[in-house]
Amino acid sequence: MNLLDYLPFDLPHPALLAAGMLEGTVLAAVLALTALGLSIVFGIMRVVNVAHGEFYMLGAVLAWFITHTVSGIIGGPPWLGFALALIIAPLIVAALAAATDWLVLKRLNYDPEATIVATIGILYIIQQLALTFYGPDARPVEAPFDFRVQLPWFGYSGYKLCVVGAAILLMLIVWLILARTKIGLIMRATQYDRETAQAFGIPVDKVYAGVFALGAGLAAIGAVLIVPIQQAHYLMGGDPLLLSFIVVILGGLGSLKGTLVAAIFIGLSDGIISTLYEPTLAKILATLLVAMVLVFRPQGLFGARAA
Amino acid sequence: MATDDTNRRNLLKGAAAIGAVAAGSQLLPGAARYAQAQSSAPIKIGFQVHRTGIGAAYGRWYDRTTKAAAKLINDEGGINGRPIEIVAEDDGTDPKRGAEVIEKFATKHECDVAFGTLFSHVVIGSAPRAGELKLPYFVVSEGHHVASGMLNRYTLQPGITDVKSQVQSMAPWVADNLGKKVTMIYPDFAFGHDHRDYFSEAIERRGGNVIAKIAIPPRETSFFKYLPKIPKETEVLYHVMVGPGVLTFVKEMGEYFGDKRPEIFGFIDSLEAVDITSPGLEFLEGSHFWEGYPRYAGKDQSAHDKFYREAVGVDDTGASLSDPKDVSTFAHMFGCWETLHILKAGMEAADYKGPKDRQALIEAVENMDVFPESRAHPQGSKLFNGRTHQAFGHQHISRVEGGKLVPVHKTSIFDTFYEDETDYTKMSF
Repeated sequence: MNLLDYLPFDLPHPALLAAGMLEGTVLAAVLALTALGLSIVFGIMRVVNVAHGEFYMLGAVLAWFITHTVSGIIGGPPWLGFALALIIAPLIVAALAAATDWLVLKRLNYDPEATIVATIGILYIIQQLALTFYGPDARPVEAPFDFRVQLPWFGYSGYKLCVVGAAILLMLIVWLILARTKIGLIMRATQYDRETAQAFGIPVDKVYAGVFALGAGLAAIGAVLIVPIQQAHYLMGGDPLLLSFIVVILGGLGSLKGTLVAAIFIGLSDGIISTLYEPTLAKILATLLVAMVLVFRPQGLFGARAA
Repeated sequence: MATDDTNRRNLLKGAAAIGAVAAGSQLLPGAARYAQAQSSAPIKIGFQVHRTGIGAAYGRWYDRTTKAAAKLINDEGGINGRPIEIVAEDDGTDPKRGAEVIEKFATKHECDVAFGTLFSHVVIGSAPRAGELKLPYFVVSEGHHVASGMLNRYTLQPGITDVKSQVQSMAPWVADNLGKKVTMIYPDFAFGHDHRDYFSEAIERRGGNVIAKIAIPPRETSFFKYLPKIPKETEVLYHVMVGPGVLTFVKEMGEYFGDKRPEIFGFIDSLEAVDITSPGLEFLEGSHFWEGYPRYAGKDQSAHDKFYREAVGVDDTGASLSDPKDVSTFAHMFGCWETLHILKAGMEAADYKGPKDRQALIEAVENMDVFPESRAHPQGSKLFNGRTHQAFGHQHISRVEGGKLVPVHKTSIFDTFYEDETDYTKMSF
């Protein structure tokens, strides 16, 4: 008698499991980048940025404008437009975020409650501006390259696999900046104690603007990577915002390691549960998990307890 | 206490008096307007349009078609000698806002009728309010909820056929030509459920069966994770998707199957407003689509089709005359054109003068039975069932060949009939 016959449930088909893991890995990679931005902003500035998803959307929409201009009007190859989008779109979004910091958040003295309300307002402003100037349509961005990887059960997009690689590379760079450079040291000093940092001559205002720009830029990079898979649409910021919050709460606000671990966990479980059962069930379980963490371990899995 | 009470009573009286004065002052301009309405004031048609939200591409073309039809009707003298005015309001493709828009049509804009909704959840969310406000509501939705008896006497769908009749006329052809084991992929709301239920029934009557049903939440943006649920023995993959993610859906199907794919039969809803030659869609070559009205004008194009395309501003490939990349929702938007013409015929038959004639208008439309192919009905002849408030017409199947949709089959109107499920004419107004 086969030992497997004693299992109280059927083992999932390997094709389903493989598809779930692949989709989950891609989601985890992009989510890690996006949530990292949210986490850095909270960790250093103590600002809960509700407009984070709109910076993501803006990255995707700008990627469409750039690739459309390069291949549609100038007639360049798709990879050129995409490469330019990958550099220019996050820079524009970062500049806009720095301006937002200077125009809005700084004037509110980074008061936690006021900044939440202010970023909700920014969310709607960015979303409606995108609707006005970009329109309500979902528009495709051509992938810079496309090849199909044949697995035993089905084929998979080679581009998606490269997105995972690119996300890992980008996260390594962010980690190096934070842990090994002087800029990173200044950021960490500001996070540790704002007043003392200022007393030591660290330009805290500039650090804050830079951090807010970096956070938004990371969301935009995630969006540029995902847009050849998903198409750019003015309402696309909602899902990444929700998932980023789930990840950041699970991992512990401000903890980069926690963010990474939680992104991988949420990404993979979303992929696998969606494939084997229902996508709605995946969202229900993730939200339930957040509720449990908030009740039993409010500082998150890796977060330090608030002083 | 007593003084308090008296004071309050006085206050209430005062408030009532102010209210009466306000109402009285409103009476005069209102009366003046009505007197004018008798002669030449425009007939106001509230147009509930999906300008934003997931139905935006459809909304853009429903808008263009509606404007073209309104212009034609006005150029030819309007309705009963009065011009028509289209009052467009965005519903955000959202049922809650849909109901609010209906409210605005009735109370703020004082429209004579409401018209033009496509997405089934918006229709279902709006129709009850239209019924309460006694505002005739002419939908262009193709959902089965009108004919099923779910809505009310004020809601009619005379300008477009419904999903039940579409799928049951498709099923025999699919079973005979493509295969009998079908997997269905459809959106998880009323419109998709209509497809699921009526196609399953119809294919079983032809000796086939649906071996898997894959429902996709309406806001889904990535579809790959659903594809491994398609059973290996599937002979025909039936897809009907709507919303911003459809291009992704087809692309991911292509990546998933490669060149070893089952037969694919889709509803053009999946690719309305999408250029068939878009990158990633090569995968659909050789697959089949239902079309309510063929996007590519055939060799035997009728004079009515030619006239209609010119009026709306669409070329022989279903794209905008001004921008070949701007592809229309050709298989659906004719419903706006035809509905406005039916509205004109109905208002003329009822000698419609104003909101007090709304019941007469509905009875006049209920009494209609045949819409012959004409300039008012370029998609083709239709039969109208006044009891179920639903029109029946020809359906088309096209094959993707060389990046074009080539018509291969046209059903008869009789293939689309089913037994009445309700009788709205027995319902009181």
